[in-house]
Amino acid sequence: MSATDAQSSLRHAFGNVLVFFILILIGVLAFSIRLFSVIKYESVIHEFDPYFNYRVTQFLSKNGIYDFWNWFDDRTWYPLGRVIGGTVYPGLTLTAGTLWWVLNFLNIPLSVETVCVFTAPIFSAFASWATYLLTKEVKGSGAGLTAALFLAMVPSYISRSVAGSYDNEAVAIFALIFTFYLYIKTLNTGSLFYATLNSIAYFYMVCSWGGYTFIINLIPMHALLCIVTGRYSSRLYIAYAPFVILGTLLASLVPVVGFNAVMTSEHFASFLVFILIHVVALVYYIKGILSPKMFKVAVALVVSGGLAVCLAMIAVLIAMVASSPTMGWSGRSLSLLDPTYASKYIPIIASVSEHQPPTWPSYFMDINVLAFLVPAGIIACFSPLSDASSFVILYIVTSVYFSGVMVRLMLVLAPAACILSGIALSQAFDVFTRSIKFQLPSLSVDSHVDAGGASSESVVPDDTVKTDKTEDTHKERTSKKSKRKEKEPVEKPPSKSKIKKRLSVLPLETSIIAIVLLILLGAFYVVHSVWAAAEAYSAPSIVLTSHSHDGLHVFDDFREAYAWLSHNTEVDDKVASWWDYGYQTTAMANRTVIVDNNTWNNTHIATVGTAMSSPEKAAWEIFHSLDVKYVLVVFGGLVGYPSDDINKFLWMVRIGGGVFPHIKEPDYLRDGQYRIDSMATPTMLNSLMYKLSYYRFVETDGKAFDRVRRTEIGKKHFKLTHFEEVFTTHHWMVRLYKLKPPKNRIRGKTKKTKSKSTPKTVSKRKGLKRNPF
Amino acid sequence: MRLNLFPFLFTFTIISLSSHVLSTSDLILTKVDRRIDLSSQIVRTTTSLKVENAGSDIVSEIWLAFPDSLVNYLAHLKATLKEGKGKAKPSSGAGLPYQVVQPKDAPASLKIYSVTLPKGLAKGETLTLDVLAVFTHILQPFPEKITQADIQLLLFQETAQYLSPYPVKAQSLTVKLPEARIESYTKLESAKLQGSELKYGPYENLPPYSYLPIVIHFENNQPFAVAEELVREIEISHWGNVQITEHYNLVHGGAQSKGEFSRLDYQTRPYVRGASAFRRLVARLPPRAHSVYYRDEIGNISTSSLWGDSKKTELEIEPRYPIFGGWKTAFTIGYGLPLQDFLFGIDGKRFLNISFGSPFNELVIDTLVVKVVLPEGSKDTSASVPFSVKQRHETKFSHLDIAGRPVVVLEKNNAVPEHNVHFQVYYKFNSLSMLREPLMLISGFFFLFVASIVYMHADLSISKTSASYLAKIQWEEVQATAHQIHNIISLCLTTHDKLEASLRDLSRSGDIQACKATRKSVDSSLKELTKELKSPVAFLQSSPQATPILPKVEEVIAKERDLQEKLMAKHSTVVDCYEKKLGGREIENRVASHQQKITALRQEIGDLLDLIDEI
Repeated sequence: MSATDAQSSLRHAFGNVLVFFILILIGVLAFSIRLFSVIKYESVIHEFDPYFNYRVTQFLSKNGIYDFWNWFDDRTWYPLGRVIGGTVYPGLTLTAGTLWWVLNFLNIPLSVETVCVFTAPIFSAFASWATYLLTKEVKGSGAGLTAALFLAMVPSYISRSVAGSYDNEAVAIFALIFTFYLYIKTLNTGSLFYATLNSIAYFYMVCSWGGYTFIINLIPMHALLCIVTGRYSSRLYIAYAPFVILGTLLASLVPVVGFNAVMTSEHFASFLVFILIHVVALVYYIKGILSPKMFKVAVALVVSGGLAVCLAMIAVLIAMVASSPTMGWSGRSLSLLDPTYASKYIPIIASVSEHQPPTWPSYFMDINVLAFLVPAGIIACFSPLSDASSFVILYIVTSVYFSGVMVRLMLVLAPAACILSGIALSQAFDVFTRSIKFQLPSLSVDSHVDAGGASSESVVPDDTVKTDKTEDTHKERTSKKSKRKEKEPVEKPPSKSKIKKRLSVLPLETSIIAIVLLILLGAFYVVHSVWAAAEAYSAPSIVLTSHSHDGLHVFDDFREAYAWLSHNTEVDDKVASWWDYGYQTTAMANRTVIVDNNTWNNTHIATVGTAMSSPEKAAWEIFHSLDVKYVLVVFGGLVGYPSDDINKFLWMVRIGGGVFPHIKEPDYLRDGQYRIDSMATPTMLNSLMYKLSYYRFVETDGKAFDRVRRTEIGKKHFKLTHFEEVFTTHHWMVRLYKLKPPKNRIRGKTKKTKSKSTPKTVSKRKGLKRNPF
Repeated sequence: MRLNLFPFLFTFTIISLSSHVLSTSDLILTKVDRRIDLSSQIVRTTTSLKVENAGSDIVSEIWLAFPDSLVNYLAHLKATLKEGKGKAKPSSGAGLPYQVVQPKDAPASLKIYSVTLPKGLAKGETLTLDVLAVFTHILQPFPEKITQADIQLLLFQETAQYLSPYPVKAQSLTVKLPEARIESYTKLESAKLQGSELKYGPYENLPPYSYLPIVIHFENNQPFAVAEELVREIEISHWGNVQITEHYNLVHGGAQSKGEFSRLDYQTRPYVRGASAFRRLVARLPPRAHSVYYRDEIGNISTSSLWGDSKKTELEIEPRYPIFGGWKTAFTIGYGLPLQDFLFGIDGKRFLNISFGSPFNELVIDTLVVKVVLPEGSKDTSASVPFSVKQRHETKFSHLDIAGRPVVVLEKNNAVPEHNVHFQVYYKFNSLSMLREPLMLISGFFFLFVASIVYMHADLSISKTSASYLAKIQWEEVQATAHQIHNIISLCLTTHDKLEASLRDLSRSGDIQACKATRKSVDSSLKELTKELKSPVAFLQSSPQATPILPKVEEVIAKERDLQEKLMAKHSTVVDCYEKKLGGREIENRVASHQQKITALRQEIGDLLDLIDEI
């Protein structure tokens, strides 16, 4: 007896060590697959938002946490400024700052930039471990390992967490999965310890990302689902009630959330369910202490009383919601619930490409074969349906919806898809390998199956092995966490084993073929993910490369321009550009910008949009009133860089026109078409953006052929009167203009024209008076 | 243009050419040859002096005079003695020592450098002294601001006659200009322009402190790269590497750029529209330099190329943008060098022997800071530099340091390529200190693992008497007992299997005796197992914690006993049948009822065992 005991414990130890090493390897894989960007390009911060986060982290590491909370940034949104400490989700910054601080404390001299670059890969390793834990709680460690492996290289997540992509999502996905894991863990164990941890993980999530509202709505939905389907238990209560109270208290500690945690509609679902769960708990309690007859009487009482209270609460909530203009919903949340909302009312949200709905190919690109495995995973979750698996099902359903609204939220779908695919694949492997195992004679020596009997008799060995397997996982659980209490779901095991008994053994050939096919599917996924990581998602977007016949060509124009600005202009000069480049300008060039990617003030952005869409003189006046010295435009027409300012120009017109009605979108369109060739409207050809982009462009090739729009431009020869070119980068991708000093505009003009132009400026001034400054 | 020159002509005619000033000694310069090289931004004046002692005393020092306005720009001064014909002293030598003196009779606006001769010059003897003076920032751009299309014109002011406290018998001046336009020069009678060389002289028999100002206005489009600050950090690792990191703050020191910068013009005709700008710099790194990088604070700069052979490594870098007059940029280059090329040992001390200045050609450095980071644990550090520098010591903390690494900081203002000579830093270092950090890491991880082992094996509960703790202990015991029971029952089931197997053997071989024997042994082992079951069941019955599982355990035991009986019955029936030699069909009929029950019971027991195991 002791021999078998020792043998099984040894087997468990081996299993644990194996799982441990597999997890380490998965972590290494998750980390290293994201290093393509460093190897192919360099260790550099990517894109737009990461530059802001990097700048904040620099500030934090230089000035400390208190200055960070009180930081009023005067380098942006000139002349308004921005309170950074109160408007930023500090989780990412604090994480990287702490990491940097610890490293420096150990005298490992890594720069802030290096730490920032590698934060995302490190946290994706954490995220895959968290996925393992979560899936293990749902379907055992086999599924956990498969899911962790999937998550380690799911392209959707890679796209947001390659080295250098220093954005909130990098840590938030880990926080999201880990919060869900702790919720499920609490649900399975009913331990207050995990409930508390769950609240803390939620706090970290709130610190990290605005997507925390997903958690605070999904968990109540699940609790509600459990209640409605009659799965209420004390474990559910422990998992839910402390989470809402502690979580909300902690969330309101984050300055950017503050009282929103109790005042906006995103959070109301949790409070409603909180009330409901107490009512249900009370009902169960009364049911327990009363006889069935008495209970019926009590139900009538409690239901009427509870209903009254609920009605009162709902009335109060509705009153509060109705008192706020957007019905208590923030614009981004509203555009989630109503996908057409943003395009109707908030052009700024709609103008961001990652806020568009995704196309079908992008699903295939981002989650690849997982899309096919997910349905199988959902079925696997239904057999048997437990609290945990119902949560996973709910998670996938909601995230599929959200990913359909905004391409950005594909990121939330990815972990759910990985978990379900992991479950599906591991269950499939389970079935197939078991089938093979019982039909290979060498393996079934000890079992007393006749060679022919594969149908009815084989139920018995099938069962023993299966129970053996569940035994394994359960022992593992109990041995690892001996704190697990006796609150193990009582109805779960019988249903489980019953289901298992129904599983039959498949024919040998079928199983082998199926396994080969599954491995092929997995291999395809790996190949696709590595390709996506290497080719599709590793470009830092500030450095562009192109392969031509004579090798690799590097376009480093953005940094060229920012470096020029940073070294050759006065430190207090203001630079105006479209808001996309605001974060980069402040971070790389260290110059004050008018608007940036934190689009908090629509009017201000509209002012810049108006200036860009106005004729030169009016634009000069607007910029001059904003104390702007340099104007930066991005122009891709020479080298064919498609996301340049001319292509974004209609958004400037739209956003500008939304606030300043004298800018009308039809003025820039010829028969509803946006064009810059000879058919373009005069308003278009006279706009500042057009002029700054195409200034002296004709002299490059004589024809002024724009390689992005694939056409010759409409107005080729013109001079600038109020702006002068001060710098253009090597490939003309960034052009910098300086506002000429005021006296120049009067010089050379006769008095007549001057008097003529005066009323015009006055009328413009009138328009300008509506500016907030 | 010509008219505008006049103010410049007289800006520094500060020296009163007074003939009454007499030199203190009776030295005569019999021949003075001066060559001024204006082909780059650094002005190099090479003067060859033939000195004769006409007096009676032995003279041991020679004075060199420079106007105050020039002294500020004097970056380097070296006087060497030329002995014999053509046999010069090694030019790498430090040159003769000199110091600044201020004799009373010299004009106040002059600064006199007194060069000490190794041995005094006796009466009537002559010697030849070569003096190299290097000036920076004395070429004044004129006009000061130019547009992109303009060429860069410079003004250079000098005296055509050698300024000396001694009478000069014969002298000549050659000014080497770049191969480009010469806007104007002071047209003295003796001036002669040959190609790009401008000659003044010869002049003969001039009194001391003779002075004849000349101004040359010429085009020079050489790169005017000035490093406002250069910090070179040389870090020694005794694992075999010298890592050099150089931080440059570069500015174009020529004529300021004004007006528009048009990339179009620059790209179509780069040498016309943008002639004064420089776009690349070349650095000569030591041979076997490796891991070279070139970046600035916002990332790597991709425009650089590297090639090398056994003598040198050449790095050509392009700043992010062409540098026009007044434009600035900042970047960092770094490279590693093999340790054995630069580190040597001498009587118990080690010394680093490495070049002082920047590897870039023709670079003027306003402030050069060289930091030599010695390994942690180095002692008795000292530096020896062939020219005067400011020295101080710092401590730097790097990879896992505890005490920090001693840093020797050397600071030099106005450095030119002539300062690019080797210097030495001496220190003492015990090789065993190299192992400190690896050992630290090893022990760190060791203690981490030990701590985790201790944590896994230690009982960390705070109170051993609290109710919950006791309950937990009891519960664990109950679990263990339940597990034990589970095992025993599984054993029972396997013995049952033996019984079944014997029946199958019977059907094959018909050996009734063997079958009976098996039955006997199974019977006895089952009895033993039943006995074994007693004590755990008794424990479960006594333990309050076991109440939830007790009924199930009891049920399973009862069922097992039932199963046992049924199996025995089946077995005996089958054996009986065989003894009576009944047919297979008959046996099956008789056993069928037993068999059904047995299967059902097995099923139930299996379920119950699962349940117990779940707990």
